[in-house]
This record gives sequence, structure tokens and C-alpha cells, in this order.
Amino acid sequence: MRRLRYYLPAIVVFVAVILGWEALVAVLHIQRFLLPPPSAIGRELVEQWPTLRAAGTTTLIEAVGGFFIGLAVGLVVAFGTARFGLVRAGLMPFAIAANAVPIVAFAPIMNNWFGVASPVSKMMIVAVLVFFPVMINVVRGLTSADPATLELMRSYAASEREIDWKVRIPASLPYFFTALKVGATLSLIGAIVGEYFGGANDALGRLIVENAAFLRFSTAWAAIIIAAALGIAFYLLIITIERAAMPWHASMRARDT
Amino acid sequence: MSGTAQPASPIVTVRGVDKRFGAGAETTAALQAIDLAIAPGEFVSLIGPSGCGKSTLLRIIGDLTAPSVGAVTVNGKPAGAARRNRDYGIVFQAPVLFDWRTIEQNVELPLEIIGVGRGERRRRASEMLALVELSDFARHHPWQLSGGMQQRAAIARALAFEPRLLLMDEPFGALDEMTRERMNDELLRIWERTGTTIVFVTHSIPEAVFLSSRIVVMSPRPGRITDLIEVDLPRPRTDASRESERYFELVTRVREALRAPDAARVAGP
Repeated sequence: MRRLRYYLPAIVVFVAVILGWEALVAVLHIQRFLLPPPSAIGRELVEQWPTLRAAGTTTLIEAVGGFFIGLAVGLVVAFGTARFGLVRAGLMPFAIAANAVPIVAFAPIMNNWFGVASPVSKMMIVAVLVFFPVMINVVRGLTSADPATLELMRSYAASEREIDWKVRIPASLPYFFTALKVGATLSLIGAIVGEYFGGANDALGRLIVENAAFLRFSTAWAAIIIAAALGIAFYLLIITIERAAMPWHASMRARDT
Repeated sequence: MSGTAQPASPIVTVRGVDKRFGAGAETTAALQAIDLAIAPGEFVSLIGPSGCGKSTLLRIIGDLTAPSVGAVTVNGKPAGAARRNRDYGIVFQAPVLFDWRTIEQNVELPLEIIGVGRGERRRRASEMLALVELSDFARHHPWQLSGGMQQRAAIARALAFEPRLLLMDEPFGALDEMTRERMNDELLRIWERTGTTIVFVTHSIPEAVFLSSRIVVMSPRPGRITDLIEVDLPRPRTDASRESERYFELVTRVREALRAPDAARVAGP
């Protein structure tokens, strides 16, 4: 009951937007190719479901595959640099600068390097996109431990490994999950933009580009809806893991009381 | 220097310690010519205005900072060896508890690092939590406790491996006056029950007088020891001690020592 009351305003807004959209398209006689009504998109979702599902699967595999590659490399580099102040001082400015670069601009080049037809080229775009926020945030997290906690560990004559496991890594978790949330969103953007520049046809990006080119906007919108749903699902999955992994964190406490 | 002779084997000796920060023209002398011996079972307070290096001296005793000149021994060993042997527990001004651990797990932390087995850890943690009267909060997380309770948990953690020496760096400085007095009562009870030697940094004169067996008065820039005051208030100390004539005399005595840091050292009040 309390849950329902919590979500009710959001549900009302959602339904109102859909109905308003439908009504607006009808009342203003908006051309289908400019903005199809939700009912048309819904029909398309049902009719094109096998195509959409196959395309969604391809895109999701590219996004998740690239996400894990970027995550793994980001973690390795972060752990490698966090410990060495000099390396960190040398690398971090470039990492932060690179993070500000619109990396999707490299998508055509990646397609060229790793084969436009291969999902690997899309994974590589995603991996590069995910790498920088993971690396930067995890380095920040690992160096964020309160100096007093490090002094306490020193008073116990704890080894560096123990300090890592008992202090630095737990203290870095909030930063790590922030990176994962950013990375989840970026991974679908990267995969779809990569697909815009070419590749196998059973992918969401291709579906959107080609149906839009032939003015089949309802189908393009249906593909967009699938992409949005995948992005939201990925994000929610990470939030769920975050809550389970650090129920102690300040951001989780408000819910208990 | 006070008339009472130091016992033969002090638990802490500080000999000829200087501490300078920075280099060249920027050098500041934080501590100068510090000599101090602390006997087992003593409760020694380091008192002085801020900037007198009392916390630095405590950190040098704990080998968290190295002296520029001079030597420190703890339990007859150089300070570094004593730290590696876990000869002391430490309590800072902030409780420094880990949010991701329960109170019980926080108290167990030093035992985990020392390599004490799980069952024994549980047993000692619950013993220490009983000592600081936090048994009912073992499974709570730090943020669910008040500031005073968090600091009691930090004391339990510092005592978990039964060190012979407890270093305390303004542990009650962030607490309100009433909580602070209650914590002082508790600390004395713990000190009497465990027999641990305590070195206690404070800038509160009443706190130093109420707690200590001896008060080390320090002057600022460079930090020097200007007076050593024996506190002969009878024990056990209670609320009545805080209202006794002798207590007020000693408070005045410490206050005057702080005000006239370079006055000749008197042999007792």
C-alpha cells in the first residue's frame, strides 16, 4: 500500500503524458512521420516484436560486452595508478581531459579498425566510453579514505593489502557505483551510435536509421522504445546491486527510517 | 621537577625530542627538548594551548610521526618496534569508525589484523562492549549511535587487544560538557579496572585535573614542557571530587602554570 502511494504520482504522470501525446497528435493532425501516436508505436512493437527482440539482443550484447571490457581495464588501470602518487599525477590530467572528449566521434574509426560488420567494433567504442569514468572514479575512491582511518590502520601495523581490503576498497564503493551508473547509460549510447555508422542489420541502431530513412517512423520509434527500456533496465539492475552491496551508505539510510 | 622519583622501568620514555616542520626559512619548531618518563599504570595528561605540539608529542610516542631529534621508547623498545608489536591502542578526537561495519565488527578490526580467530574475536569484542556499556548496540551501525557512544566504541576498539598503553588525542573534545563529564567518569572506571597506562591530550583544565595522576604542562612555539603537576586528589574520583577544595586548588595551579609558562618549576603546589 505504501509502495503504491510512493509510485502513484509517477504512474499518473506517465499515463497523462501518453494520453496527452495521443490526443495532441489527433487534435493537431500531426503528420505520422513527424510524430506517430503512442498507439501506432504500440502496434509496431507488437507486430515487429521478433525483429525488435533480435535487434535488442544484438545491441545489448555489444553494450554489455563493451561495458565489461571497459570496466575490467578501468579497474586494472585504477588499481595500478592509485597506489603510485607519481603515476597518478602523470595520468589523471589526461584521463580527465580524455573523459571530456566526445568519444563517440571515434565511432567510424573504431568501425574501421575492428570491422564494421563485427560487434567487436561497437564493443570497443563502448569500452572506451566506459573506461574513463570507471578509471577516474575508482582512483578518486581509492584515494578518498579519511587520513585518520589510514593512521588508525598504521597504529595496528596493518599491511598495505589489509588497508586496501578493509579501508580503501570499501571507502571507494560509492565512487565505483557512480561510475557503473554512468557507464551503464554510456554503454547503450555507444553501441547505438556505433551502429548508426554501419554494421549488421539486426541491431537497434540500424533499425532506427533505416526505418527513419524510409519514413517508417513508427518502427523507428518502437526501436527507440526498446533501447530506452534496455537502458533503464541496466541502470535499475546496477542500483539494485548497489543497495545490496552497501546498505550502510548514507544515501541508503533515508529509506530505513 | 617534582619530588616524586620515577619508578625504575617506565613504560614510555621520551629523551631529547625536537620536532621541526618544514625546511629552510619556513621551518617551525613544534617541539623542543622534550624529556618525559611515564610509569606503568599512570594517567598522564598533556595540556597546553593549541599549537603547543601536545598532539604531535602523542603521535611521536605512537610512531605516527618521527621526531626530528631524540628518541622514544615504549615498553623498552623503540617506538617503531612497539607500534609493530601493537603495544598501544589509540583513540583520536573523531571516533574513526567504519560505517560498513557494525559496532561489534569495528571493535573486532584490530583483532582481525592481529590474526585472532573468529570465536575469540567475538568473545573479546563483547567483553569490551560490556566494559564501555554498549552491549545492546553491538549489531548497530556507527551512524545509529550518538557522538558519545561512538567514542565509547572507539575506546572499546582501542582496548580490544589489551594493550598496556592507551594513547588518547583529545578524545572528548567534540562532546558537550555533560557528556564529557560522564565519559570522564567512565574512562576512570575503565582505567582502574584494566590497569592500562593512559597518555591523554586535552586542552581542558578541569578534565586534566579530574582524570590525571600527573599533568604535563606545555607552552607553545616551540612546544616545551614547562611544568609537571602531581594530582593528589584521592581516588576513586566522583562528582564530589569535582567539588572539593583540593580540586579547585589544582585547577588554579594548572591555570597559573599555563598562564606563566616560563615561571620556575615548582615542586608541587
